[in-house]
Amino acid sequence: MFPANFGYAAPRSVDEALQLLSKHGEEAKLLAGGHSLIPAMKLRLSSPRTLIDLGAVPGLRGVRLDGNTLAIGALTVHADVGSSDLVRKHLPGLAEAASVIGDVQVRNRGTIGGSVAHADPAADFPVILTALNATFVLQSTGGSRTVTADKFFVDYFTTAMEPNEILTEIIVPLPPAGTGTAYAKLAHPASGYVVVSAGAMITRQPSGSCTAARITIGGLGSGPVRAVASETELQGKALNAQNIAAAAAKAAEETDPDGDIYAGADYKRHMATVLARRAIEAAVKRAVT
Amino acid sequence: MTTEHISNGLIGASIRRVEDPLLITGKGCYVDDINLPGMLHLVVLRSLYPHAKIISIDTSAAKAIKGVVTVVTGAELPEHLNINAQVMFPGQKIPPHPVLARGAVHAPGTPVAAVVAESRAIAQDACNAIEVEYQALPSVQNAEDALKPGAPLAREELDNNICYTAVKKGGDVDKAFAQAEHIVRMHIVSPRQVALAIEPRGIAANPDPMGKSLTVWLSTQGPHRVRADLAGTLGMPENKIRLIAPDVGGGFGSKGPLYREDVLTCYFALKLRRPIKWIATRSDDFVTTIQGRDQAMTSELALKKDGTMLGLKVRVVANLGGYLQSSTAGPPQRMMAMAPGCYQIKDCHVEVVGVFTNTVPTGPYRGAGRPESVLNIERLIDKAAKDLGIDRLEIRRKNFIRPEQFPYKTGVGMEYDSGDYFKSLDKAMKLSNYQDLMRQRDERRARGEIVGVGVSTFVEPSGGAGFESGTVRIERSGDITVITGSSSHGQGHETVWAQIAAEMMKAPMDHVTVLHGDTYISQQGTGTFGSRSAVVGGGALATAAQRVIDKSKRIAAHLVEAAPEDMVQADGGFAVAGVPEKKVSWRQIAAAAYSGKIPQGMEIGLQETCFFDPRREAWGYGAHVCLVSIDRETGAPTIEKLVLVDDCGVLINPMIVEGQIHGGVAQGLGEALREQMIYAEDGQVLTGTLMNYAVMRAGDMPPLTLGETVTPNPFHPLGVKGVGEAGTNGAPPAVANAVMDALAPLGIDHIDMPYTAPKLWEAIRQAQSDRA
Ligand SMILES: Cc1cc2nc3c(=O)[nH]c(=O)nc-3n(C[C@H](O)[C@H](O)[C@H](O)COP(=O)(O)OP(=O)(O)OC[C@H]3O[C@@H](n4cnc5c(N)ncnc54)[C@H](O)[C@@H]3O)c2cc1C
Repeated sequence: MFPANFGYAAPRSVDEALQLLSKHGEEAKLLAGGHSLIPAMKLRLSSPRTLIDLGAVPGLRGVRLDGNTLAIGALTVHADVGSSDLVRKHLPGLAEAASVIGDVQVRNRGTIGGSVAHADPAADFPVILTALNATFVLQSTGGSRTVTADKFFVDYFTTAMEPNEILTEIIVPLPPAGTGTAYAKLAHPASGYVVVSAGAMITRQPSGSCTAARITIGGLGSGPVRAVASETELQGKALNAQNIAAAAAKAAEETDPDGDIYAGADYKRHMATVLARRAIEAAVKRAVT
Repeated sequence: MTTEHISNGLIGASIRRVEDPLLITGKGCYVDDINLPGMLHLVVLRSLYPHAKIISIDTSAAKAIKGVVTVVTGAELPEHLNINAQVMFPGQKIPPHPVLARGAVHAPGTPVAAVVAESRAIAQDACNAIEVEYQALPSVQNAEDALKPGAPLAREELDNNICYTAVKKGGDVDKAFAQAEHIVRMHIVSPRQVALAIEPRGIAANPDPMGKSLTVWLSTQGPHRVRADLAGTLGMPENKIRLIAPDVGGGFGSKGPLYREDVLTCYFALKLRRPIKWIATRSDDFVTTIQGRDQAMTSELALKKDGTMLGLKVRVVANLGGYLQSSTAGPPQRMMAMAPGCYQIKDCHVEVVGVFTNTVPTGPYRGAGRPESVLNIERLIDKAAKDLGIDRLEIRRKNFIRPEQFPYKTGVGMEYDSGDYFKSLDKAMKLSNYQDLMRQRDERRARGEIVGVGVSTFVEPSGGAGFESGTVRIERSGDITVITGSSSHGQGHETVWAQIAAEMMKAPMDHVTVLHGDTYISQQGTGTFGSRSAVVGGGALATAAQRVIDKSKRIAAHLVEAAPEDMVQADGGFAVAGVPEKKVSWRQIAAAAYSGKIPQGMEIGLQETCFFDPRREAWGYGAHVCLVSIDRETGAPTIEKLVLVDDCGVLINPMIVEGQIHGGVAQGLGEALREQMIYAEDGQVLTGTLMNYAVMRAGDMPPLTLGETVTPNPFHPLGVKGVGEAGTNGAPPAVANAVMDALAPLGIDHIDMPYTAPKLWEAIRQAQSDRA
């Protein structure tokens, strides 16, 4: 299929991109890796008049250590997130999520910023980044602001970003000592996207009990869902198999998924508990102090 | 045939495919690579409705777009532009199948308007600007539903949804059932699959300046057959159309028939006197290209308590879709030839009902009725073994046709040529370490795992559909040109045909050039489908080659003044028997043949053509064994072992045979594990893209263990049988039987494919709550 006719601009700086964005308004779309936008345009689900390609904008790519955070440029491709030494060392759960997105081609082109901005309910990054309590840096001609993941994902394909904003960076706090992160996914056999997934960030005391837990479920709602009941269940408990299973069993409590032709709602809720358990277990294993 | 050649080892050698360097470096030439000056592009507007009346079509906005050459609806086309299906069964109904809808649509994807424009993008824009007003009509998607009283009529021109009913009887089935000590009853549905060739369909057509003849490039499996159909529809002499199948990226049966877009492209090319191209998008392919399977089988198998099979009744309800392609009615009839499989069941009754529904037409898809037939009997026999408490191998061996009974006339009147089903089953047992597998299964079960072992033993009929042609020509240089009527769409004919010719003529393989896929080059041919090419096309080639050898021997004898009986084939030509230095090369023979230095009365030239029709199918067979485990927590099945023993007679190129088995198994596992075309209750296509239709990919394949037995086909000059569909026939029932074996301890009797994780999890949960 062919997209409808569109214009193309390749700004050389964030400022130039922002100017173009305010000039063209809602008729324009930012282009990052194009792996969500171009298919939508080919199916004519999206027909922007102008594409503003961020590909040539310098400074939006790569992972760096910034104080006690990791700052990830919005244009960093999935493959680079997954293979970054910094990410693998500090946030193995994020590397895990990056490495199970789509296929090699997708991982070599798709960007973390594009994935976050697109807010597909079946995407991987939103789930793990919410578990990791990430913050998103948004720039507009008026300046810049930050929004936390908990507030960012508003609805299906809808974020807290304004149409005149560009997502430039993703800030992930370095977890405190004794913290492990992990991601577990049931991929759709056709698309490779999330059917159900779970992200976990668990902090354990030297004594073995849980001092902090952030657990998120993907695929069961309009975006990532915090498994609050599981988090509460785990709080202060010894991180043994029994307690983890009891917490994971509550992972679907905040969800009310629809069934689809591949999987029914019961199966999805069940898989949320299975994947939450697997993610928590893996995170706990990594949480060596 | 007696060939006195000494083998130079080419037949039976795993020669790398000569086609591949070109194809895998991206230098092939597919239809979309054909670009001609002034070429126009066709795009078709399709109905999203499964069944609707067309109230109005407004093309004015589309016509106003710059670069649009013409916009046409069904009402504006000549009435003779239809797709004409063959009558395969007496009383078969053939409702109209116009190339653009006239008044109504009966399946999603039906073309309602056509746009020709200077570019494909402009044509697409114009399509989007066409306004169509529909009035939705009630629709039906499931064939069994379509037979129920009060079901919506898929084709409102007819009084019911039945296209045809065909019956095959053998022996006395009532008597057999009267004697039965046990009767197994099953209802089995094979999921609808999409053929999904990597290269979607496409056509380019170039008229001569006078509009009297046409050159057509078409992604097809059978240039001659489709040309005849095209000529018939266009009302044009067949020999004014040159039809070329360039490199073709797969077909799997779906590129056999003539499609609506093919006719439209040629019609506009002739009318506008401009070259035109149409290339299917993947979305087009999902809703227009014939799909496979979708048969519901209701069966009864009568047995004695000791497992002896007495009689078989099968009723097939086959979903044909909303329109008939030339071959749509065909696949379900396979049950009438294959119902008893490799077992001695003399008393059979098979009924096949072809049913119209408001879905994409079905047709031959790798196996084309064979996989359904094998699935049916192999599930039945496993259920019989379970019911009667007999070992599944024992019940098979008890009922196998025995080696000494061949050629064997089956209960449905087919004559199987040869085989030793015991031997292939034994081989599969050995290769799979069967006893050990069963022990592992039991141990793991005792630990609470869900594990099963499945076996299928099956036949694979091949080489039907009439004749194939082959020409062998020795050029003046002594080089060998082979022209086959059976064009290749990925199978490796250029390699295999060269192997056969080079071995028979005792010439180096690179002296052989194989030509195919062009009606101006080759004599009439049939095409590549139904595992037929090596059997029928190979037979034609071998026969023609032998005729050239026979004639050449007389020329060689004449040149050295010896008697033809004293000549023997030698490397690169002939020699006098016992006097190897008295040699005549192919070059010398050719020079003589074309200059007239030949025996008196002999015709000049050195070229022979054979139209070969074996008049019987070749019955390959095999035994497949599968070990599967199912994750209790997720329902996900894992194929841990898949052993495939196949017998396709003499192997010409074992590497290509293996490739055929790999590919067939991949598609068979797709059917067994993940692929299914699904229509919503309102008829909308729910799996119309690769984002939701879960085709098998390379990374999804389990490890395969291949083995073979070789029973030469006694009725074939090369001893070969087909193998292209063996993987789709044998693997799915082996998996099905393994999955059902795994679930048997839970009290689960039967689940239809595909075995997706959510489906198995649901079944396990249900079974557990039933027991609690
Ligand atoms: C075959 C296939 C399989 C896939 N499988 C998965 C999977 O398993 N899991 C998964 O998570 N994803 C999957 N994806 C999606 C893939 O990860 C996309 O690359 C990603 O979702 C979007 O990133 P992108 O860089 O391609 O964005 P684009 O497609 O370029 O843009 C997407 C949207 O985000 C906006 N946008 C992009 N960058 C910015 C920015 N910096 N600031 C503001 N707005 C911006 C664009 O305007 C557009 O609306 C798959 C895609 C394909 C094609």
